[in-house]
Amino acid sequence: MAKRRVAIVGTGQTHHRSHRPDVNGQELIHEAVTRALEDADLSIKNIDAILIGNMDHFEGINYVDCWSIDGSGGYHKPVIKLTTGGTTGSTLAIGGYHFVASGMFDKVLIIGWEKNSESDTTGAITTAFDPVWDRLVFAGAISGLAVEAQAYMAKYGATDRDGARVSVRDRKHACNNPYAQLRKEVTLEEVLASPMLADPIHLLDVCPRTDGACAVIMASEEYAEKITSTPDWIWATANRHKYTYLGDVNWGELDSMAQASQDLFKKCGITEPRKQIDVIEMYQPYSFAGIIWIEDMGIVPRGKGAEYIWSGATDMGGELPINPSGGVIACNPIGATGLIRCAEAAMQVMGKAEGRQVPDVNFAVSTGFGGCMWTDMILHGKKKPNL
Amino acid sequence: MEDIFNGIEPQVYKSQISVPYQWWAGETASKFFITLRDEKKILGKQCPQCGKVFCPPKKTCTYCYVETNEWKEVGPKGKVLTYTIVYRQLASLKKKVPVACGLIQLEGSDNAMLHYIEEIEPEKITTGMQVEAVFADEKSASIHAISHFRPVK
Repeated sequence: MAKRRVAIVGTGQTHHRSHRPDVNGQELIHEAVTRALEDADLSIKNIDAILIGNMDHFEGINYVDCWSIDGSGGYHKPVIKLTTGGTTGSTLAIGGYHFVASGMFDKVLIIGWEKNSESDTTGAITTAFDPVWDRLVFAGAISGLAVEAQAYMAKYGATDRDGARVSVRDRKHACNNPYAQLRKEVTLEEVLASPMLADPIHLLDVCPRTDGACAVIMASEEYAEKITSTPDWIWATANRHKYTYLGDVNWGELDSMAQASQDLFKKCGITEPRKQIDVIEMYQPYSFAGIIWIEDMGIVPRGKGAEYIWSGATDMGGELPINPSGGVIACNPIGATGLIRCAEAAMQVMGKAEGRQVPDVNFAVSTGFGGCMWTDMILHGKKKPNL
Repeated sequence: MEDIFNGIEPQVYKSQISVPYQWWAGETASKFFITLRDEKKILGKQCPQCGKVFCPPKKTCTYCYVETNEWKEVGPKGKVLTYTIVYRQLASLKKKVPVACGLIQLEGSDNAMLHYIEEIEPEKITTGMQVEAVFADEKSASIHAISHFRPVK
């Protein structure tokens, strides 16, 4: 249990791009950190500890905690690296929360980053699969996602047109976000006509590869209210892992999200998530997840995800906007991606989301997803949580 | 221990992971390498706050966490801060052993650069000795534009 309250007091991110030849990794990190410090009106001297992470193998650098200090500002500070695959960014946020909630540190800088352009993403992601049992068959991330989509379609009769509707939503939302990599609207027909990567997933259904970094500053209650008049309070976090081999998964439902959601909402007294939550920043790397996972989250009953998406309820201006930032389909610097969800949710609560702001946000949810079907979740709130 | 595989023929699955990388040097390092290639000049970059000059150049000062701003020519002479001699012919070594490597602090720089020390018997290398850069015949925008360092005569 948390020993004290924790809030996000500042966020910063780079303008994400397919590749950033103008900067090396440390320099990319520095851009995000500088913006987060400016946002919180703090100096690097005020920071007590740093958590940093990226995906294993993506840049081939295995001592990032040390190597990054020119970028992170970690010279002679405690720095810890966390890396958990796709959830790296959300795990970093949960780790930062633990650092402060435990009473160990007062002001913590959390950094997620990736230079996806520096290696072969599929080769690197393949290392997330068991070498003896799963790697022969599954390469990279897309095939696992396609299996999930196929299983869901078989169970509930969804179509690839339903998936495309989610992609149309996120890509439209991304146009409001100056930091997103892909800022171009697409039509349903364009999604369906784009090349088929792994049936039923088309090119325009999935996330891109991105170079980018994100930084978030968390502070204890004592400092948070001095730093900002609009802190984003962390109400709770939840994390679930599910399997060792791909064949162990209950495909077509994301059990890890279902269980993490129940855990998260129970801790915070959320009984009707659809009514009580105002906005969701979901780590949704492909379109069909936008249908399946809102069912796992308990927003709508099983099999009703597509109908809810088509109603426009998750569009900007709808009942429960999802991914005002454009989400992962528009931008995916993997080690930063989960932390961007957290930062974007925090900006919504703090009222700093500018052109993508959802009005009157009291509760926001951010999530993290790992390609082998595990889940991180964070509940953000405008009011202080009970201890 | 011999009986742990009693009745079992243990199987090993052999495989290999091959991940190609391409690392962006960034504009700070790129300017350093291009100047080295085209003008045979070694540049450092200075912190406006503490005044330290970094070669290899840094975009941000390690100590002050502010952006460095001014380019300064450093070297080509410097001193050996520390060194080692490699005697084992590892696959990754491009040169034939014994290979001497040193951390060279160039004149005008506050940090040091890793490079080869040649044109001297390895046993005669000492900490603090004066060395100078020898430029490679072949032009390249990389640290190999400097072939090695040799003792100052």
